[in-house]
Amino acid sequence: MSVSAPPTGLPRLLAGVSGTGALSLARHLEIHGPLPAVERRRAHSALALVNELERSGLRGRGGAAFPAATKVSAVAAARGRAIVVANGCEGEPMSLKDRLLLERVPHLVLDGALVAAHAVEATDVLIAVDESATRAVDAIERAVRERPELGRGGSRVQLATVPSGYVTGQESAVLSFLGGGPAKPMAMSAPIYRCGLKGRPTLVSNVETLAHMALIGRHGGNWFRTLGAHGAPGSTLVTVGGAVAHPGVFEIETGTEVASLVQAAGGATGELQAFLLGGYAGTWVPADVGWQLALSPEGLHEAGAALGAGVVFALPSSACAVSEIAFVARWLSGQSAGQCGPCVYGLDAVATGLDQVRAGAAGEGALGRITRWASLAGGRGACAHPDGAASFIISATHVFAAELADHARRGPCARCAQRHVLPTPAAPARRAA
Amino acid sequence: MSRLHINWIACEAHGMCAELLPERITLDDWGYPIIDGRPIPAELEAHARRAAEACPTFALALEKARRR
Repeated sequence: MSVSAPPTGLPRLLAGVSGTGALSLARHLEIHGPLPAVERRRAHSALALVNELERSGLRGRGGAAFPAATKVSAVAAARGRAIVVANGCEGEPMSLKDRLLLERVPHLVLDGALVAAHAVEATDVLIAVDESATRAVDAIERAVRERPELGRGGSRVQLATVPSGYVTGQESAVLSFLGGGPAKPMAMSAPIYRCGLKGRPTLVSNVETLAHMALIGRHGGNWFRTLGAHGAPGSTLVTVGGAVAHPGVFEIETGTEVASLVQAAGGATGELQAFLLGGYAGTWVPADVGWQLALSPEGLHEAGAALGAGVVFALPSSACAVSEIAFVARWLSGQSAGQCGPCVYGLDAVATGLDQVRAGAAGEGALGRITRWASLAGGRGACAHPDGAASFIISATHVFAAELADHARRGPCARCAQRHVLPTPAAPARRAA
Repeated sequence: MSRLHINWIACEAHGMCAELLPERITLDDWGYPIIDGRPIPAELEAHARRAAEACPTFALALEKARRR
């Protein structure tokens, strides 16, 4: 088979995706060519792969935007036999991109996991998927069956289904569950790269990050950098939601402006009041500021925002921001794993306070208390859930200051009774309780 | 120099730490510690160690600042 020439533009990850269903192994190889890094195993190639990652400048796509090469080298340098966990749990309700990758291009995700396994010299690879994402689970199962060579001589690749939930996809929660414990974040006594699953050095990497590695393993780090923003190059998947004509997942160059992304999504369906960037652990920005922002860590940093797991949500002017925020704050409080006091009590107080503000029933100084509780919750938990919720709440109090003050004074507005536009999926774990 | 570290899952808001190390620890509205993140100077080290040892749930630890 001839090695296909490296693609020069977009799409990269979503190349060949059309219609429905997953790309077969044959089609996958036709589009991307074989994976040289894994096929030609040599003693030095693990290091060479880390060097390519370093050159690529790839940053993690799970939310933290951590440099992939740094993480991979830390695991590679740790003592003991490493494990790779491909995290495809995607608990963020607004994000659909990881699910899309698993469903449509499962072989790219598997390739990426194999590249990572090769770089850290791991023999075991676990693909962690939300158990309720049945299409993704099926696609990965089928893809693994299409590759009988997996496990024979190479890395052993297994699917692991993880309970649904907002914080269950957090890396220590995934490791806890895979290790036989509850699907809840845990306090790590040592860094995961050194002592993760079964006490072994563990690389936990988002499935999109791995999919990029699959292409870097083929075309190299310099190729990866030919697209995107300087500090965080490449393409990235973004889930666009809210008041746009065609919501969904888009592959863009990093650094693309919000305005052109919204245009790609068919344009806004009405006047917008704000954008939520990064999902429920993200940041609100007023629409007039948001339109011009470049979707890269540097571009968003100016507005105090981050792309998180790649979510851009357009809030229409027709929605009541206060009612939306109060509703999501209650949902976020309900998503707490219930383990850490500041999260359990702090987020509950924030949610109660916001609902009182919405109803015009809050006392003097309520907004100040809400902001204080939210900021105090941040950084005081076993996982970053309170930090993310604090970012969502505090940025909302800035962007929607006038609306909040208005509700605090006069009570519910005419738009409060509308159906909420921000999604808050029912949590199976809580339903069962 | 050392730093205080809290295992938030283990902490049950007994509040002993704030009693024993008010220079660095206060309590929030629910009795959970708020730690001043500055390193612990030598003159507070003994108090900090005592606060960590007094924690009934072993949630507070005094960790030597690691150099990497």
